[in-house]
Amino acid sequence: MKSFWLGMCGLLSFSSLSVARADTLGEVKKRGFLKCGVSQGLAGFSAPDKGGLWQGIDVDLCRAVAAAVLGDATKVKYSPLSAKERLTALQSGEIDVLSRNTTWTFQRDTQLGVDFAGVIYYDGQGFMVPKKLGVKAAKELGGASVCVQLGTTTELNLADFFRSQNLTYKLVTFEKNDEVVAAYDAGRCDVISADRSGLFADRSAKLKKPDDHVILPEIISKEPLGPVVRHGDNRWGDIVRWSLYALLEAEELKVDSKNIEANKKSNNPAIRRLLGVEGELGKNLGLNTNWAASIIQQVGNYQQIFDRNLGKDSPLKIERGQNALWNAGGLHYPMPFR
Amino acid sequence: MTRQKTSIRGYLWQGLILGLVLLGIGAIVHNTVANLSARGIASGFSFLSRPAGFDIGFSLIPFGEGSTFLDAFAVGLCNTLLVAVLGIIGASVLGLIVALLRLAPHPLLRLIGGTYVEIVRNIPLLLHLFFWYFAVLRQLPSPRQSLSLGPDIFLNIRGLYLPFPADHSALWWLLGALILGLWVGHWARRKALRQQELEGRLPRWQSLPFVLPLLFPLITLLLPIWSLSRPELQGFNFVGGLQLVPELVALVVALSFYTAAFIGEIIRAGILAVAPGQREAAQALGLSSFDTLRLIILPQALRVILPPLTSQYLNVTKNSSLAAAIAFPDLVLVFAGTALNVTGQAVEIMALTMAVYLLISLLISFAMHVFQKQVLHYEG
Amino acid sequence: MRAKRRARDEWIHWARKKPTQALTSLVGLFLIVYLLLPVWHWAVTDANFLGSDRSACVGGGACWVFVRERFHQFLFGFYPADAYWRPLLTVAIGALSIGLLFVSRLGVLRLLIFVALPFIAWLILEGSLLGLPPVATDQWGGLLLTLIISVTGIAVSLPLGIFLALGRRSRLPLIRWLSVAFIELWRGVPLITVLFMASVMLPFFMPLGVEVDKLLRVLIGVTLFTSAYMAEVVRGGLQSIAKGQYEAAAALNLTSFQTMRLVILPQALRKVIPGIVNTFIGLFKDTSLVLIVGMFDLLGMVQTASTDPEWLGYSLEGYIFAGAMFWIFCFAMSRYSLRLERQLAYSSVERKQLT
Repeated sequence: MKSFWLGMCGLLSFSSLSVARADTLGEVKKRGFLKCGVSQGLAGFSAPDKGGLWQGIDVDLCRAVAAAVLGDATKVKYSPLSAKERLTALQSGEIDVLSRNTTWTFQRDTQLGVDFAGVIYYDGQGFMVPKKLGVKAAKELGGASVCVQLGTTTELNLADFFRSQNLTYKLVTFEKNDEVVAAYDAGRCDVISADRSGLFADRSAKLKKPDDHVILPEIISKEPLGPVVRHGDNRWGDIVRWSLYALLEAEELKVDSKNIEANKKSNNPAIRRLLGVEGELGKNLGLNTNWAASIIQQVGNYQQIFDRNLGKDSPLKIERGQNALWNAGGLHYPMPFR
Repeated sequence: MTRQKTSIRGYLWQGLILGLVLLGIGAIVHNTVANLSARGIASGFSFLSRPAGFDIGFSLIPFGEGSTFLDAFAVGLCNTLLVAVLGIIGASVLGLIVALLRLAPHPLLRLIGGTYVEIVRNIPLLLHLFFWYFAVLRQLPSPRQSLSLGPDIFLNIRGLYLPFPADHSALWWLLGALILGLWVGHWARRKALRQQELEGRLPRWQSLPFVLPLLFPLITLLLPIWSLSRPELQGFNFVGGLQLVPELVALVVALSFYTAAFIGEIIRAGILAVAPGQREAAQALGLSSFDTLRLIILPQALRVILPPLTSQYLNVTKNSSLAAAIAFPDLVLVFAGTALNVTGQAVEIMALTMAVYLLISLLISFAMHVFQKQVLHYEG
Repeated sequence: MRAKRRARDEWIHWARKKPTQALTSLVGLFLIVYLLLPVWHWAVTDANFLGSDRSACVGGGACWVFVRERFHQFLFGFYPADAYWRPLLTVAIGALSIGLLFVSRLGVLRLLIFVALPFIAWLILEGSLLGLPPVATDQWGGLLLTLIISVTGIAVSLPLGIFLALGRRSRLPLIRWLSVAFIELWRGVPLITVLFMASVMLPFFMPLGVEVDKLLRVLIGVTLFTSAYMAEVVRGGLQSIAKGQYEAAAALNLTSFQTMRLVILPQALRKVIPGIVNTFIGLFKDTSLVLIVGMFDLLGMVQTASTDPEWLGYSLEGYIFAGAMFWIFCFAMSRYSLRLERQLAYSSVERKQLT
């Protein structure tokens, strides 16, 4: 709560006119917890469970960064943000890292004062319609009312898609994902458009009769979703990027939270380097040598995270598909740890 | 205490305050510039001429491929003004009804009016909005089961569909004719009154000033511009005609019903403020009850009513920004919402948005001020 | 008893004098009751009150189980359940200090206590300075948050508003001009844009590295916004003070500061109490807008709870509950302000008659 008084002083006196250099790592260490921006509730990515604990793949990234920096994956304060608020919250310093199914685009990367630290989930935009409409393909959607969430790339892709197909549509936007789904369920629009993973999540968790709705096969956009940090603090960007790669590298090396102790005795140099048994990779990031080990120990590797939040151990049952590792036909390719 | 002493102290005080204010503003500007440049955030207003790349669900002016952020701003502004104008009209009409109920001779009517006012004005506007949007309009049927409210008028969960002139320029003709009629009528009325002063009675064409504002628009109806486009069910939705989206309907209805409670009380207080002796005196002079209302009661009541009424109209305009809560694309939602999110230029966009509201508020204040002067001068 | 009989006599008298009116009233009332009968059935006779989840809601009536289950959240937000005594204590202290406002013996002290209220509330609710387990502001919610925002807004904007009102009447042109500009600026923009600015832009205005709590930012926005309205209320009171009061004070050789503090302000403030209460009612209702910037006041809490998949479809019950809460508070306050107005009008008539 020091920030309260600091803010008061800053506001009342305007005394400190000098600009300090951005040092997110130092601030997080001093503060003792990580401030992570997440969604207001999207099953599988970031949503509070019944006990109020945040769960999801995006949440696990926050936990991984906290484990790497602070050695404790629970030292995270989550800020639920709407799509509209998220980037300004990051710009203004309200959060240290934004992990909120955010699409990496040129405009965002270059114009908004933020940097993308990698891709945690390769997604694509799709459509969901009620089965009774009898729509089989997105091309048949001319003249339909489409519900989307405000302030997302979805909104922009939709405009592009209908324009390129020479079709008209009626746009209906809402600020919160819950409102979009509720409006669609009530019949305010014919179609709901969002990232396909989100459509699967919403269908199983938020619709009154999930079986009456079908997700169309088309994917109309590339949606690389990943964590975002403020532009200009490269050290912090490196930490988030390599925390993400550590999750992927651990899967590639088949190290997970259960076998990590055994693997510490492994004589595979790649595993030894990752777990900090050999070399001092962590030092270069300004972290402890066991930074990656504590990520894997406390959060797991990418496969474990995927399975429990989105994949076979979750209600969503999403296939790995593009989100498999590069050597298994997917797109995830962790850069070499050396 | 000499005069000079105070004035020196006065200068000191003013200098001190000015210094503090300038320091405060300077600090804010300095911090903002430092923050923006430290984070590499683009600044300036050049983004306004860039293509927006998104669509807007409801727009009075054409918006689509190649439209810029400035166009998006214009669409948002038009939608805000539309809500404000419709809300002001609706609230005034309903408010008058509420006032009449409150002043009615029948006790049951008074009870209804009083209950309405007490219930409505003690509940937040946002709740009214949620009530109309989620509880009422969400219950409407799907397009295929639309309610038909008359020839070519349909109501469903997607909105209210009305026949509408296919060529929108017809509306401008209508508006132009109305303004022209009002202006000529106003001029004729003055001339009639001057003649009354000179000759002691109104000229034979005395009713003309009241007919003209109706006559002129009627003439435009004869022009060959009124081919109507009618709503028809095609595929998923109704096509053609005018679609009033439920977000707009809910917003206008909620604003009208909420503000009517306040306006009703203002009108009632204004009419009660006129001393009862005035009515009695007018009746003693043999004025009809309509003339009593028009010539004696209303001019005096308006003097009490207009200032608080102005601030209610300002409230409607500002409250139209609640559109953001139910996703009607007004200025706040389109510009301070979508556009802000796409460009990320929070400072410029918020400053522009607030400046526009400030300007609208000042304009309404000014217009009501002129109107007030006219009314008071005209009748007094 | 006598009053009752007299009222009854009046009714009978009215019915005898205007029989058609009485008859139509009776018929009309019956019609209204008949039309409202389905609402009654839905809300009471067919409604479900007991149970713990949605399976308890059967039949077509209202599902008040939802409100009952979430009642604590509606009142306190996500405040930890084992620390509910803290908000309760805060509300008690708040009520006490508002009550103290009417003990005239305390003089200026009571205003100081009132203005200190937000800080006391923060001490107790946040707790770390008192050695209690800290509760972050993002866990405060529900009716508690509504009260915090509205009471803080009024308490802090009152002194600000007084300064602004005095500034607007100052002889020094620069101060007058600045006050007018400040007041008109805030009164000309919607509260939503102020809240947006507070939540999105304020951090840019701070030196780099300084962070301000989101609740505090919203409070700053709300307070500045309200102070402009407060200034206009206070100005009305200042304008109503007769010129003779200033002259009398000058004759007693009081400085201008003493004149203000001892003569003008006490009279002016007493006159504008109803106006202040009305501003408070307006602010109390307007706090519901904070849900648009992602804070969970009473209405925001209800909205969030009704998107819970377990309770889909029962939002109307939640909104009715929120509406009833707002209505009770606002209605009580508006009655109170009306009584004050009558008292003030009465006492001024009395005084006139004495002189």
